[in-house]
Amino acid sequence: MWTIYKKEIRSFLSSLIAYIVMGVFLLATGLFMWVLEGSTVFDLGLASMLVMFQLAPYILIFLVPAITMRSFSDEKKYGTLELLVTKPVSELNIILGKYLASLSLVIIAILPTLIYYYSIYQLGAPAGNIDTGAMWGSYFGLILLAACYSSVGLFCSSLTENQIVALISSMALCFLFYQVLGLFGEIQWLNTVGKSLRWFGLDYHYYSISRGVIDTRDVLYFLGFSAFFVVSTKLVFQSRKW
Amino acid sequence: MGKEQLFFFLIKICAILWTLLKRIFFVPHQSHNFALALSIITKDLCKNYGDQIAVNNLNVAIKEGEIVGFLGPNGAGKSTTMKMLTGYIPPSKGEGSVCGWDIVDDSLAIRKIVGYLPEHNPLYLDMYVKEFLEFAGNMGGVSQTQKRVGEVIDLTGLDREKHKKIGQLSKGYRQRVGLAQAIIHDPDVLILDEPTGGLDPNQVIEIRELIKKLGKTTLLSTHIMQEVEAVCTRVIIIDKGNLVADSPIEKLANITGEKHHVNVTFGSAINVKEISQLDEVIHVTDKGNNRYRIEVSSAEGRKSISHFALKNNLEVMELSSANVSLEQVFQNLTKHVDHL
Repeated sequence: MWTIYKKEIRSFLSSLIAYIVMGVFLLATGLFMWVLEGSTVFDLGLASMLVMFQLAPYILIFLVPAITMRSFSDEKKYGTLELLVTKPVSELNIILGKYLASLSLVIIAILPTLIYYYSIYQLGAPAGNIDTGAMWGSYFGLILLAACYSSVGLFCSSLTENQIVALISSMALCFLFYQVLGLFGEIQWLNTVGKSLRWFGLDYHYYSISRGVIDTRDVLYFLGFSAFFVVSTKLVFQSRKW
Repeated sequence: MGKEQLFFFLIKICAILWTLLKRIFFVPHQSHNFALALSIITKDLCKNYGDQIAVNNLNVAIKEGEIVGFLGPNGAGKSTTMKMLTGYIPPSKGEGSVCGWDIVDDSLAIRKIVGYLPEHNPLYLDMYVKEFLEFAGNMGGVSQTQKRVGEVIDLTGLDREKHKKIGQLSKGYRQRVGLAQAIIHDPDVLILDEPTGGLDPNQVIEIRELIKKLGKTTLLSTHIMQEVEAVCTRVIIIDKGNLVADSPIEKLANITGEKHHVNVTFGSAINVKEISQLDEVIHVTDKGNNRYRIEVSSAEGRKSISHFALKNNLEVMELSSANVSLEQVFQNLTKHVDHL
């Protein structure tokens, strides 16, 4: 597993995609938090990182699929998947190696935003007047969310040889789970069905964790979601044997 | 005993139990139904893609140390068979084993002992040669990767190219990298799908020498006949998924009932009738300039022809048996009536 992990990380870092993803993420969050009028911390007048944590899931919908899109579709296209699969390593190990590598890259992209936390911490009146619990909860939620996005991206990538198809389908799927399912809850006539559909949405659990209350149900939901897509990827792998 | 000690003691017991359980449940047992001297065995191996039959009831047994050429026209099912033997795809029907391991049930064990070079030699073009071989070694479970990579680089003659990216290498060197990754975990069996495809004659010879030097049980597919003659001890020919020939190279000619021919050039003209009366001679063709092509019943025919020449005081300028080329055998075995 770690052999694959190391190889993936190395290939991310030797290709432009990793730097673009990190750059775009930091640029977008930075702009919205500090520069673009109307949405900055100063406009909000509150020492909180709400802006970033509301925005980040949407940016990640674009970026995580960009990271994961080539993980399996390239291997399929160039036939190297056959090389990997005929080595004495189990399929789950291959998938988990790639999964953890993508996730690590997203986490590395998120890490520099801790500077924002420090800045806001200092900007508070008095300094340090910030809801630390909610902040860490939000970070934790964001990482779990990235884990879910990665698993969806990996799954879509395993379905096709075409990177672009993988990118777009995983973006659509992430958006569906993050946004669309939540919207069902607001449709009146769907009533309880809509409410339960909303429960299946990622955003519901993300906001629940963002409050700083780490509920086991939410954590289990995120982990289960990732596990579901990782296992689905494994099924796609095995489908060549059917 | 303190609490901590008790805790560690429990952990130790758990670890021992775990290893025991692993022994019992997870390590597959090598089946002893097959003689161990046989490395690759297939029994009624079949593979269908939908309605299309790729491999049909293939029965093959390859002994340890044999280098077997696997021939067949394009689309005959060579690659499919190889993919099944390496555990990449399972057979639709029938069974197969490599060194006693079943290709479906013990896939992981098979992948440890088989070195596989897939068709078209897929490689990570953006990796460096050394980096890639280290990766392949780690994947193959090599313990001293650095050392082994050095050995393999020496063996495949990649020393000058080891710091290049694979994408920068010429096709011949890429093929060597492919071969290097196949042998890096010191496998018992090599399965090579067209190892010399698209190489220039020098590179072809180098790769062949390498395969011979390795001296492992090898199944290599190709459609270059000279290659088989140069490297292999045995040929297996399949056509449309069916086994059409399986024999040592020397005996292959007999299979298709190829006739023995002797080319003779005498110093002067001879009496064709006289020579036709010899026991072994079946037919004589006069090719002009005192050259004759004589069809004989066995390879012994040459002897009686030279006796005949001695007896009649004829000068023999040339006497050679015309070998049936493997190409011809191949053609005869795989030609179809349903041409366009």
